[in-house]
Amino acid sequence: MPQEIVFCKGGGCTAKLGPDLLSHVLAKLPKGEKDSNLLVGYDSSDDAAVYRISDDTAIVQTLDFFPPMVDDPYTFGQIAAANALSDIYAMGGTVKSALNIVCFPEKMDLNILGKIMQGGADKVIEAGGTLAGGHSIADSDVKYGLSVMGTVHPKHIYSNNTGQPSDVLILTKKLGVGLVCNANRVGEAPLGAIEDAVSSMTTLNRAASEISHSFEIHACTDVTGFSFLGHLSEMLNDDITALIDSISIPVITGALRCADEFFLTAAAQRNRNHVGDKVRFAKNIPFSMEEVLFDPQTSGGLLFAVKAFEADTFLHELKAAGLPAAKVGRFVKRCDVPIYVN
Amino acid sequence: MITVNAIGDTCPIPVVKTKKAIEALTQPDTVETLVDNEIAVENLKKMAAQKGYSCDSNKLDDGSYSVKLTIETLNTGAFSDTDEASQYTCRPATDNRVVVIRSSYMGEGSEELGSVLIKGFIYALSQQDNPPETMLFYNGGAKLTCDGSECLEDLKELKNRGVKIFTCGTCLNYYELSDKLAVGEVTNMYDIVEKMAAASLIVSP
Repeated sequence: MPQEIVFCKGGGCTAKLGPDLLSHVLAKLPKGEKDSNLLVGYDSSDDAAVYRISDDTAIVQTLDFFPPMVDDPYTFGQIAAANALSDIYAMGGTVKSALNIVCFPEKMDLNILGKIMQGGADKVIEAGGTLAGGHSIADSDVKYGLSVMGTVHPKHIYSNNTGQPSDVLILTKKLGVGLVCNANRVGEAPLGAIEDAVSSMTTLNRAASEISHSFEIHACTDVTGFSFLGHLSEMLNDDITALIDSISIPVITGALRCADEFFLTAAAQRNRNHVGDKVRFAKNIPFSMEEVLFDPQTSGGLLFAVKAFEADTFLHELKAAGLPAAKVGRFVKRCDVPIYVN
Repeated sequence: MITVNAIGDTCPIPVVKTKKAIEALTQPDTVETLVDNEIAVENLKKMAAQKGYSCDSNKLDDGSYSVKLTIETLNTGAFSDTDEASQYTCRPATDNRVVVIRSSYMGEGSEELGSVLIKGFIYALSQQDNPPETMLFYNGGAKLTCDGSECLEDLKELKNRGVKIFTCGTCLNYYELSDKLAVGEVTNMYDIVEKMAAASLIVSP
């Protein structure tokens, strides 16, 4: 089908505006009168907005859409939806309803749109939510995503930056999907790499989030376009330094090789420019591992700061659920650098 | 000089085009790549740094960028001659003995006995006239360089005599000893591999 050739131009979270660019604009927006029921807004770099509607219920709102990063429309729909739904899970919430957001060229085969939306709908159902409507625009390029609404108990919201010294950091998915998709764009993805990346990107963070509710989670975020190190830096506060153990990082098949072959994304370099000065790498960390740590993730995993005492049991349950979760480091009392990668 | 036009191309295309141009070279040359954004310049510079090419970039009058990579030696196979030589040298010429401590006890059998033995081993090592260059501690061995270890005094003595002492960071994390290291420095697997590969002799009790 000739249309599939133009379908994928390198999308997913690599298409995000750079964090530097964004904070520049956001800082200038008028804030309006402060509403004490808005528990999480964009004062912090959190994953979604949380609004309290009663003492025991808050609603979580989020919105995410992007251009395709894979050639198959149904798979793209699944990935875009899993990615959008993830923000609810990163706040500790439960998915309730979702609305489609669609940009689609008028001249393109409508069956493609049908497949995309079918992929999205299947993931919303898997998340236990209801697809309630949507909005579509004729545009030169394909873009798809969801606006999702969920609920959370106001006292059990996962914030980004409330980790404590001695917390263990647990990541629930592998890193490197950006590199693999980028290599795939030029037809050079190593054997098995795309399959591993697609399976990772279409996996909902639902199981990881639900398992976490039984443990003492001090902070949580989902790892997406700003990369592992970018999102980790948003988890820091003045009291803590993150020690990352690079050999413990779970990596998508072939991703390190893609970095060694220089299938580098623009977004990874933007991430490096944005948070690079907060990170110190041990002198012998390979270039490819650095690139994986700055790699923009589409529908990436959750990154938890869990009480050290509970880390082993938590990890055990995540693995029992089939997730490639790993302990990737820990928080310690603030020392000379915010993030140290060994 | 060969010129690669990557104006209008998004990453990784500029790097991919440049790589292909370099692979096609039959003699040392300069490859100039034209790109229209700074991020692409930075990605080309990263490749240059990894490959050891000298790199020179300029902003042109029309807002685009020129990145010139100078390739002095062509890399035809997986390894260059010098790489191959260093890969397969059997014995480093210098005396570089490395002691590797893999466990908090020595030998198989009783752990109680084993912990007495390892303490004795490190004490005896500290009494040697000619101590090793480096000591590496990993897995259970990491406990020996931390607060509470009965070997600390001997290890500090070895350190004072110029022995470089390194403990695996992954292991310290695992045993939750990150803030308990009492002698030497933290290291990682890349360093452990490098030090073991460069050793003239590995002693592991």
